[in-house]
Amino acid sequence: MTASAASGEVRFTVTSQVNSPAEERPSTEKEVRQLDRVIIRFAGDSGDGMQLTGDRFTSETASFGNDLSTLPNFPAEIRAPAGTLPGVSSFQLHFADHDILTPGDAPNVLVAMNPAALKANIGDLPRGAELIINTDEFNKRAMAKVGYDTSPLEDGSLDGYSVHQVPLTTLTVEALKDYDLGRKEAGRSKNMFALGLLSWMYHRPTASTEQFLRTKFAKKPQVAEANVAAYRAGWNFGETTEDFAVSYEVAPATTAFPPGTYRNISGNLALSYGLIAAAQQADLPLFLGSYPITPASDVLHELSKHKNFGVRTYQAEDEIAAIGAALGASFGGSLGITTTSGPGVALKSETIGLAVSLELPLLIVDIQRGGPSTGLPTKTEQADLLQAMYGRNGEAPVPIVAPATPADCFTAALDAARIALTYRTPVFLLSDGYLANGSEPWRVPEVDTLPDLRVQFAQAPNHQLDDGTEVFWPYKRDPETLARPWAVPGTPGLEHRIGGIEKQDGSGNISYDPANHEFMVRTRQAKVDGIEVPDLVVDDPGIEEEGPARVLVLGWGSTFGPITAAVRRIRRGGGRIAQGHLRHLNPFPRNLGEELRRYDKVVVPEMNLGQLAALLRAKYLVDAQSLTQVRGLPFKAEQLANALKEAIDNG
Amino acid sequence: MAEQLMEGPDTREPGDRGLLSLVPKAEGKQSMKDFKSDQEVRWCPGCGDYAVLAAVQGFMPELGLAKENIVFVSGIGCSSRFPYYMNTFGMHSIHGRAPAIATGLASARRDLSVWVVTGDGDALSIGGNHLIHTLRRNVNLKILLFNNRIYGLTKGQYSPTSEPGKITKSTPMGSLEAPFNPVSLAIGAEASFVARTVDSDRKHLTSVLRAAAEHPGTALVEIYQNCNIFNDGAFEILKDKEQAQEAVIRLEHGEPIRFGAPWLETDGGDGLGARGVVRDPATGDLRIIDVAEHGTGDVLVHDAHSASPTTAFALSRLADPDTLHHTPIGVLRDVERPVYESLMSDQLEQAVQLNGKGELGSLLAGRDTWTVVG
Repeated sequence: MTASAASGEVRFTVTSQVNSPAEERPSTEKEVRQLDRVIIRFAGDSGDGMQLTGDRFTSETASFGNDLSTLPNFPAEIRAPAGTLPGVSSFQLHFADHDILTPGDAPNVLVAMNPAALKANIGDLPRGAELIINTDEFNKRAMAKVGYDTSPLEDGSLDGYSVHQVPLTTLTVEALKDYDLGRKEAGRSKNMFALGLLSWMYHRPTASTEQFLRTKFAKKPQVAEANVAAYRAGWNFGETTEDFAVSYEVAPATTAFPPGTYRNISGNLALSYGLIAAAQQADLPLFLGSYPITPASDVLHELSKHKNFGVRTYQAEDEIAAIGAALGASFGGSLGITTTSGPGVALKSETIGLAVSLELPLLIVDIQRGGPSTGLPTKTEQADLLQAMYGRNGEAPVPIVAPATPADCFTAALDAARIALTYRTPVFLLSDGYLANGSEPWRVPEVDTLPDLRVQFAQAPNHQLDDGTEVFWPYKRDPETLARPWAVPGTPGLEHRIGGIEKQDGSGNISYDPANHEFMVRTRQAKVDGIEVPDLVVDDPGIEEEGPARVLVLGWGSTFGPITAAVRRIRRGGGRIAQGHLRHLNPFPRNLGEELRRYDKVVVPEMNLGQLAALLRAKYLVDAQSLTQVRGLPFKAEQLANALKEAIDNG
Repeated sequence: MAEQLMEGPDTREPGDRGLLSLVPKAEGKQSMKDFKSDQEVRWCPGCGDYAVLAAVQGFMPELGLAKENIVFVSGIGCSSRFPYYMNTFGMHSIHGRAPAIATGLASARRDLSVWVVTGDGDALSIGGNHLIHTLRRNVNLKILLFNNRIYGLTKGQYSPTSEPGKITKSTPMGSLEAPFNPVSLAIGAEASFVARTVDSDRKHLTSVLRAAAEHPGTALVEIYQNCNIFNDGAFEILKDKEQAQEAVIRLEHGEPIRFGAPWLETDGGDGLGARGVVRDPATGDLRIIDVAEHGTGDVLVHDAHSASPTTAFALSRLADPDTLHHTPIGVLRDVERPVYESLMSDQLEQAVQLNGKGELGSLLAGRDTWTVVG
């Protein structure tokens, strides 16, 4: 959560259209304990509906007013073989009464729908955590499938945990016996039973989920009602059974949020909205050329829903055609966008080079995933930085913008569009799988506070030849920005030809002249180097009194949450550390070198093998130290804090 | 400014099959000169491309479109330099990708007349995927495929249309590959308009360009083009007056498919070609007959508008890939089916009708919000 604590007293009210705590079910008569934060992980088979369950719990939690952060984690296979370890799908949610930054390191509660889910996740569970197990699935065969020789429910291996053995399937089927459903079909609602139980345990508002189910299954009212019934049965089960003696309250995060209207939003949704907003603020039609690829397809899906904003979406025959069409649309005066992930970027490289040469606005959205090659399609990584930076033939500089949190994808998209439109250049927007699927509360911006991105198309000749003829020169640049004019077809008198062959400065005609090529290569570089980006703001409390800290931790992209959480831990423990986070990777902020040199040691955590560190070392001759991880998962705050602490302690 | 880019209502005039009335008209009368750019043409002397360029520049005034609303997009290869010589908007893009780029441009701007210039390597080898998918979608593009059956710009390697056994620098012992027949390929890829013509026959070339321009949707025009440096005389059989009579089958919609030396009236004939194309009742395939022997009754009448592509495909297969004997030229297929960007534009209008014009504030807020009061 990027929002800083508001000053002054903050009164919190909930005005959700769908529910409010006041309308909630009668409060429980059991013991209620107050908690400041909880981490829950739902884990089950790919077909068990864990992502939906997690999404619903998140919505309930968001509308209740907690701060939150989520981590969906699922296999690339749509339905891996049932009951196997590779088929396990999970959803982790961290929510709190205060400002939080990550989905949490270790769950306080694990819901395990089958033996595979237990086996795959128990290692992450600290002793003493609560474990809710669907005992119905713990038969010999299912346990043997994942290598349990003895039942973990009976062999004492779970003694260190607070285990709730619940026959979720049986209870669900029982609860739905009045519905005309087979046992198998009724059993499918067990995830809603579990959701109801957890909603009871944590005092979540329930009306929005009931409404959601009725809308989702509007065409099958019986299924809708069965799911609502299972959900309610789960809630009632918690309230009545003696196994669950205690429920917990996590108060709304009253001081974490400045005043405003909030919603919960995932990175891919925020990014989609940012693109629509950018087109609207630029007063240009949006054209998206895309080819389906995980984890970027959601952006294609989302934009396809908003044709009433004049949004054109084009599902191309391949990645190359997708960016080609977007570039063609840009030539015609649209905001051309292509969305993809790393393997798609590799295919688009030549067209990105063409866009560099044509100097047309274009957004290339790369939702990074584990690589190389197909890699880990559904897992996160930051290993496309150097591909974005250098992955083209010739000298082909492309600006790079990276969002820091799911909600920040909105602002980053607007920023990327600003650069593309102002400087007439392709721009990379580097999100990743963690940001894409993770979610957090977002303060909904007022439309009139969004930046004005309007551009002026060329309207008239801009150059006089020696003989006095007025002509249009497509490569006659703006002296400030070095951007060339954007003259769209349909403008009389501005007919011109552009292409990938080197062109004469000014006229744009084909030129093989050595001096001209040198000039053009350096000018294209100078244009990108000269892009205005905000200075890096380093957070270094105490710098006024004691001078800079010795260690600076510098991150980029989605590591913002874990790094900030780790920095807080260190500071809470009395340690000193400065923190900076890069939104702009190309060009870097002007003051970056100066800031780096202030500190004895610069530590760069990245989900790759040290790509930003390599860039920093090359450009600033700074001995940046890498802290890297490529597990397909975000850093854990505690591990990061320990590693940073070590960096502070060891000279 | 963006206003003018947004789609207005469909102002297409009745009977405007080519969607041309969506494109603004030129104000005065145009001449060929208006379409010549100030750039020196740099093809090899004697190249067939000159003839095609002249034919296109000569034909453009006939369309009478505002030249600022005409765009030529090309890929890479000798023919792909074409846009530089047209005084319209133009883009010389990258190898094989012109149809993809032009698709984006045409989809976003229905007020433009978008032409693609490509070659046999550009369109059928590196860009084959884009070509077939463009044809399938029926985007409103006019694709001029210059087929010289060789790679010229890279100095003479065999191409995907070269005859088997072709001796080139990269195939000193002869190429091992069967060639594509671009017309057959296009028909197989659901093309709504497919034609073939020859660089040196300006009149025929122009008539085919006219038909292509009037066609709503993708029009693929294969132009046999001589590369006098690396594959000289490749189409000589179709150009040499005596040989051409037997080699070329000129297709005219609504006319019987006849070719060859005339069946003279003095021999009891009708003055049309002595050969005809008939359907073999036994195999269903097409074959060539001598009309004096078999009579004219079974000779096929060319129907470019036939809903079924079967006969057009069969006609495209008459040509011998080695010798080019029995090569049909003219419009093989010209049928109307929905145009991609018209459908896309319709959906945008429908979306506004269904949901109202998009309102950013309510989109961003969504349905599940809560308020923090300071």
